[in-house]
Amino acid sequence: MKMKKVKIYITLKQGVLDPQGKAVQDSLNTLGYSEVLNARVGKYMELTLDDSVDVEKQVEDMCAKLLANPVIEDYQYTVEEGIAQ
Amino acid sequence: MKFAVIVFPGSNCDRDMYYAAKDALGAEAELVWYQTANLENYDAILIPGGFSYGDYLRTGAIASTSHIVNEIKQQAERGTPVLGVCNGFQILLEAGLLPGAMLRNKNLKFMCHFEELIVENSNTMFTSAYESKQMISLPIAHGEGNYYCDDATLDQLKENNQIVFTYASNPNGSINDIAGIINEAGNVLGMMPHPERAVESLLGSADGLELFKSVLNNWRETYVAGA
Repeated sequence: MKMKKVKIYITLKQGVLDPQGKAVQDSLNTLGYSEVLNARVGKYMELTLDDSVDVEKQVEDMCAKLLANPVIEDYQYTVEEGIAQ
Repeated sequence: MKFAVIVFPGSNCDRDMYYAAKDALGAEAELVWYQTANLENYDAILIPGGFSYGDYLRTGAIASTSHIVNEIKQQAERGTPVLGVCNGFQILLEAGLLPGAMLRNKNLKFMCHFEELIVENSNTMFTSAYESKQMISLPIAHGEGNYYCDDATLDQLKENNQIVFTYASNPNGSINDIAGIINEAGNVLGMMPHPERAVESLLGSADGLELFKSVLNNWRETYVAGA
């Protein structure tokens, strides 16, 4: 069976406050990395899909329905072709 | 009047909700496991707090895809009162029954204490036993109760009087101090504070009981002749 690997990145929308990112930035600053001006924390997911479907259409659907919350999050993804089992 | 208390894997306020409806209010109530398909024989649906599915992905996200949520949507469309508290509110947001989303508390802490709330809209089936602008005291217990929506949605909520409860002293960073909102039709209420944990003075406050009384009174006025 041919498969595709989908790598999905989910981030908080610009303009949505990210308290977790702020805490990470503060900690990096505390460690001496004063060059860190901003930090945003997101999620990364990997899905392995059966190649027989319209992968992009299905992944768009999955992101809209479950994987991301469109009120607060943006998503982007990459598709890696033809991974043999 | 019969209440359904929905129980998901990871619900932990289901017994409190059951106690509030059955013992404190004196109505009929049943705990309903989330795999039950039918909610037709209930007059109101209560979605309790907790950590359904361990808060995986986002709070309420996994539970919102379960079949019983489709059933809740159908009953909501028919006008059945639906109350979601804490994780129940998060599930209603994720299911699209209420607008907006939850973010982590601004201070990143799980907070568990009493908060003063203002009843902003006492003209709903959930709040008619309160006075307008009444101050009430209810406990909060959440890590993700920082309500967020875009400006257009906030304008709509204000315009339609959908903001039902606000915090007197905002603990979590919620936009516009929002603690609870109702849908446009007026039969789906979501709130982060826990009315079911404040139904008798022994629990520190009985202010939450009025919410359950409101639901019962409105049901009686609608369905019981001569009430």
